[in-house]
Amino acid sequence: MKTTSRVYTALIMIFLYAPIAVLIFFSFNSSKSNAVFESFSLRWYKELFNDTQILQALKNTLIIAGLSALISTVLGTAAAVGIDMYRKKWQKSVVLTVTNFPMMNPDIVTGVSMMLLFVFASKLLNINGILGFWTILIAHITFNLPYVILSVLPKLRQTDPHLAEAAMDLGCTPVKAFFKVVLPAIRPGIVTGMIMAFTLSLDDFIISNFTTETFQTLPLQIYSMTKKHVTPSINALSTLIFATILLLLILSNVTQSRAESKLNKEIREGKKQKRGNN
Amino acid sequence: MKNNNSAKTQSEKKRSLSGILLSSPYLVWSVIFIVAPLFFVVYYAFTDRNGNFTFDNISKLGDYTGIFIHSIWIGLISTVICLVIAYPMAYIMARSGARRQKTLMMLVMLPMWMNLLIRTYSWMTLLQDTGIINNLISAIGLPRIHMIDTSFAVVVGMVYNFFPYMILPIYSVMSKIDNNLVEAAQDLGCNKLNVFRKVLFPLSLPGVVSGITMVFVPSVSTFYIAGKLGGPSNLLIGDVVETQFKASNNYNLGSAISLVLMVLILICMAVMNKFADDDTNMIV
Repeated sequence: MKTTSRVYTALIMIFLYAPIAVLIFFSFNSSKSNAVFESFSLRWYKELFNDTQILQALKNTLIIAGLSALISTVLGTAAAVGIDMYRKKWQKSVVLTVTNFPMMNPDIVTGVSMMLLFVFASKLLNINGILGFWTILIAHITFNLPYVILSVLPKLRQTDPHLAEAAMDLGCTPVKAFFKVVLPAIRPGIVTGMIMAFTLSLDDFIISNFTTETFQTLPLQIYSMTKKHVTPSINALSTLIFATILLLLILSNVTQSRAESKLNKEIREGKKQKRGNN
Repeated sequence: MKNNNSAKTQSEKKRSLSGILLSSPYLVWSVIFIVAPLFFVVYYAFTDRNGNFTFDNISKLGDYTGIFIHSIWIGLISTVICLVIAYPMAYIMARSGARRQKTLMMLVMLPMWMNLLIRTYSWMTLLQDTGIINNLISAIGLPRIHMIDTSFAVVVGMVYNFFPYMILPIYSVMSKIDNNLVEAAQDLGCNKLNVFRKVLFPLSLPGVVSGITMVFVPSVSTFYIAGKLGGPSNLLIGDVVETQFKASNNYNLGSAISLVLMVLILICMAVMNKFADDDTNMIV
């Protein structure tokens, strides 16, 4: 049994990583082929770094991801706190159904529907070429919002409402009670929501494809790169993306385990101190 | 007493009101950017280029019946294969030690952070007639196999892109199953197979259901994967929608197809959710 599961895990990992390994390997190929390795070269990396369009697209992607994550986190957290305060069941269920909708709806329909709205608005306001920075930002905020709300709401439910009431009894204003008591309690949910929003936005291609024309993001750039002819700069780009993700994951794991061991140490020391006091 | 009560309901009302106030920016946002766009889809689906009411777009849908059926078929096959591959992996993950679980989880997630386009592109180069796989096949003396531009390639692409979405929900449900239940079943005389059949499998069903929806919806509706790996004869419904909006500029027909796609998916989700509810009820 042990060996079967090991073999199975290995097979899955090969399936998952072989294609990526191939991309990385051929990013160092001197020829254009993705099947025959000629000799080692950094030619495609040089080409990539000389491509101002790609660098601009990377910048645009980060701007949209950052802004949309920030705005959707603020809007979404306020919404979650508000929804949690509703006393009528039907209000809650109506709002939650609307919130769930973009998550269930196929991305392509979400993209298309927003494009129709923007086209209508451009006719109404008489603006030509409305599809650009603002429309893609609005679209990204919209598809991020449900993820923020749905990761904050469970944390709110876990938080004892009496805590905020106690703070208010002790003289806090409701606003102060929120920032001093409720916000720290739901912070993990907010952070999770924000990270999710940021990565979803970085990765999105389907909805972006319909909601911007003039403002190119990296996924859209890759889309047009693979549309026409195959350029091995994509291999180089993929390798860099993979390396960045790997680095970030390792970093976050290291800091996490450091924090854990620090916490353990503190607990141990706390126990010692307690014993000393006794 | 009465006074106290009315004070209480008043504070309740106040709370409810401030709740609505707090969520109002989001409510306005969702009405404009979630609800209104859906009405535009319906509006465009039932009008012509000049905005006159028509059933033309809907009746033209008949031409796309084949593509609809093909899309659903590809989606079903991909979902089943994902389930078959992912279930044992989720089981293995849930049964390993805490440290190993974390590592495996990271390894499964890592490729998901790469863009879908890149993942699909890599399979495009792998499956080509002169690609690596065929080079390996011919190196051991077998004839080359034509794989690119076939339904097979499309299914491979779908499975590769979406099967981690199947692993995650099943794994998260399985890792929460109380080990005492397994031990109790063993104490009562179940062998390994029966423990799985009567305890683990039924309890993992909610994860299976959400995994199925998470794989089925994108594999029916996505574009790009089929266009890149399946060639022109294997276009799926998502590719048709994209062409209508981005190339043919026929928003009306595109909206009609989108509308049908949306309704189909929502029906599937409703049916799946009903299944999930029944199962959880049965267990409780």
